[in-house]
Order: sequence, then structure tokens, then C-alpha cells
Amino acid sequence: MQPAGVAAPLKVDIAEKTFRSAEGVTIVALRGLSFEVRQGEFACLLGPSGCGKTTTLRILLGLDRQFSGSYQLPEDGSNRVAAVFQEPVLLPWRTVEQNVRLALAPRLRDRDLDWLFDILGLSAMRALYPSELSLGLARRAALARAFATEPAILFLDEPFTSLDERTADKLRQLLMRVWAARPTTALMVTHNLREALLLADRIVVLSPRPAHVLGIFDVGLPRHLREAAWLDQLVSEFHQRFRDAV
Amino acid sequence: MTAEFGSENGLPARRRPRTARWIGAALPAATAMASLLALGLLWSLAAGIWPSRAFPPPLAVWQVLLKEAASGDLCFHLAMTLWRVAAAYVVAMIVGSVIGVLLGMHRRADFFFNPWLVLFLNLPALVVIVLAYIWFGLTEAAAIGAVAINKIPNVVVTMREGARALEPRFAEMATVYRLGPIDQVRHILVPQLQPYFAAASRSGIALIWKIVLVVELLGRSSGVGFQIYLYFQIFDVAAILAYTLAFVAIMLSIELLLVQPLERHATRWRRRSA
Repeated sequence: MQPAGVAAPLKVDIAEKTFRSAEGVTIVALRGLSFEVRQGEFACLLGPSGCGKTTTLRILLGLDRQFSGSYQLPEDGSNRVAAVFQEPVLLPWRTVEQNVRLALAPRLRDRDLDWLFDILGLSAMRALYPSELSLGLARRAALARAFATEPAILFLDEPFTSLDERTADKLRQLLMRVWAARPTTALMVTHNLREALLLADRIVVLSPRPAHVLGIFDVGLPRHLREAAWLDQLVSEFHQRFRDAV
Repeated sequence: MTAEFGSENGLPARRRPRTARWIGAALPAATAMASLLALGLLWSLAAGIWPSRAFPPPLAVWQVLLKEAASGDLCFHLAMTLWRVAAAYVVAMIVGSVIGVLLGMHRRADFFFNPWLVLFLNLPALVVIVLAYIWFGLTEAAAIGAVAINKIPNVVVTMREGARALEPRFAEMATVYRLGPIDQVRHILVPQLQPYFAAASRSGIALIWKIVLVVELLGRSSGVGFQIYLYFQIFDVAAILAYTLAFVAIMLSIELLLVQPLERHATRWRRRSA
């Protein structure tokens, strides 16, 4: 039981999700997928490529309603959902700052966002158009947009793919810094085990298609201790528990 | 860090020396002027070799132009034609855009209405004009409506293409972040359709003003088309050319002073090549 006044956690219970291909072949993407994300927790959805992680996220974002089952989103004050997509999805005809502010509810558009641009190192780029940014900077802008809305839950869909490892690492640190400044319930989809072990409180491990939950991996280690040596140990612990996963 | 900043993105490179930029801007204009001057010279030369009432030299046309301008006729008829062009343009762009975007977004409706579209695309302008005058009388509304109907199918086709090319990711982003309907139209839909709107607009104005002249010739008692018809009956080629050139000049200045600056403003976010 959650104490009163604390938002209910994210509850997912998807019975089945199927796709029909152009030739009429039915593909089962998800079957019996159910898990929970606790209040204020950073959870990762980890699974092999093509297992239906992004499909799950699209269902939770309300972008795909063709499925059987149910889910429940947190219902705290802001009642808002934010997403960082695989691509930054910034409007090319709006500046970085306009892109961020557009995601806010109209009455909050003028709120002070200096702290956010500061943390993410975007202060000098607020007036630039997305075409003038590198992919890494555009991803930061997408993070800024998500955190600016102060969402009840934040979904991240492999936000660090197609970046070189150094840039991706820098972005992971920035994500943790901004998340520590404004903690929010978060669910990140990834197929990168080390990334999940570095960022998450808990990892929901998915099977290959049709996806269901193989188990939950609790990352007990505090984040500031997750250095390379410790990570290696976590990886081997993980592989002992989930021999075939990822 | 530095690897991410991407100074190759052209920010410093964009600043070229001022004089070079000035020459770069002036050169096309100078070329256009020289080209027009050459055409005028050629015309003058040809009219000198074959002198005829049906082929007046530029100077004669210029004199008629000044005379008509002094009497106020030129201004009045140009204004009438311009107002009809503007009205038909606004009606055609609004109606055509709405229909085009709806057809582009709904495949079934598109399948159903496509034959209508093909029919209207192939309907000769003259037929529409004559029928409009017969059914609705020789009125201003019938004239403008007939011109708009001639243009609407073209706008529909272009805007339908634009709606088909809409990026679904932007719409999904708008759904997730709960953008209101006004924000969705203003920040998501319109900017994506802008290039198609500009294309439809460009070809639209050129087509519309040509059809407006026919409409005026057939059933109006004012405007450039009416004047051309009048001077055709007394075989005054100089006056015909004077009115035509005056109107072309107006359309050209609208393009240069209104359309192009607007377009530059609308596409300012595109990365300029250095």
C-alpha cells in the first residue's frame, strides 16, 4: 500500500499486442507483460533488440491504443507525461528555448528555466535552431524539454543511441545530474546492459519476442559508487541471474 | 565536449566580408536589369526595322502609359484587377488548402473525391467562367468565384502532397506534451505545410491574374482585361501593351517586395550554406 498523498506507481498489465503485416501475417509483439515502477524510482526496461520495448513505451505514451490489457499512470499534481524519443524530435523552425517552452502548459510558458539550461550546458544555445546543433546537443535539448514540464512520469526511449561513447557517457552524467535536481518517476528503455546498470534503481528484464518479464534486477549499489570496477561486478552478477538475457 | 559543439556547423563561416556579401546581393539584380534592357533594345530595334501600327516601339508604349496614368484610368483599372486577383487568391488558397489537407490526411475521402479533382483540373477555365456568368449573373461574386474555382484544384493537389508528407513524429510529440489545437496548427501543421503553401501561392498568383483578365473581358466593365478588350476593338496595340506591362510590373514588385521577404522570414531556421 502506498501512503496517502503519494502518487500511485506506474502499473503495466498488457495481455497482448499484435501487429498485422502488409501480407496479413500476425506478429505477437507482447504477451502477458506486467510490471510496476515505484514512486520516484528510475527503472529500466532491458531487452534484446526488437523484443517490443519501444512498442511498450508507445502504448504507455498513449500513441498506440490497439492492444488488450491495461496500464495505470501516476496521478500526482502535474498529471503530465514527458518523453525523450530515440530521435530528439525538435521542431526545426523553433529555437531550442522555444522548443522547450512549447511543451509547457500555456500558463507556465514564462517560468524560469535558467537552472535547467545551466545544468544541461545549453545556456549559450537557447537561441539556436536545431539544425545548428550537433546530435548530442539536440538530445540535451530534448532532455531539457522533458524535465521542464516537471512530469509525473518520464519515459526515455534509448535516448543515447547513435552517439559516440564519450558523448553518450557525458549525456548519461547530465541526465543523472538533472534527475537528481528534480527527481521524478522514470522508465527508460534500453538494450545496453551497462547503461541500465549505471542509471537504474531497478531493471525490468524482458524476454525476446513476444516480450514478457523474465525477472527484476535490483541495483543495490548507490549511484556514486558505480565505477568501472563495480560495474563489471554488477554485469557478472546480472549474467549469473539471467543467463540468456541480452 | 568540443567534439559535440560542432563548429563546422557554419556559425563562424557565415560571417563573410561585408563588401563580398553586398556584391553577391547586387549581382543578380544587375544581371536582371541588363537582361531587361537588352530585351527593350531588341524590341526597339525590331520595331525600327518593321514599322507598323501593330508593333509599336517601346517609346510609343511608354507615352501611352504616361497618358493613361495622367488621366487616372490606368490606376483605376489596375486597382480593379488587383482587387479581383487578391480576392480570388485568398478564396482559392483558403478553400484549396483546407480541402487539400483533409484529403491528404484521410485516404478514404481521397479515394472518393479524386475523380472529382481530376474532372475539375481538366475543366477549361473558359467553361467555368461562362457557366458562372450564366448561373450567377454578370456579378463581381461570379467573376471572383469563377477564378477561384479554376485555381482551387491546383491548390488542393499541392496541399494534399504536403499533408501526405507530414512528419508523424511531430504529431506524436504534440500528443505526448498535450499541445492545444491552436498550438498544433500554428507550430506543427503550418510550418510543415509552408513550402507547399508557398509553391501553390507562387503558381497561383501567376495563373489567377491571367484568368482574371479573361473574366474581365467576358463580363466586367472595368479592369485591365476590359481595357485590353476595348483597345483590341480599335486595334490600339500600344495601349494593350501599356496595360499589360503595367500590370506585369505590379505583379513583379509584389513578388520582390512582399512574397520573397515573407518567404525569407518563414524559412529563416533553415541552415544557410556559407
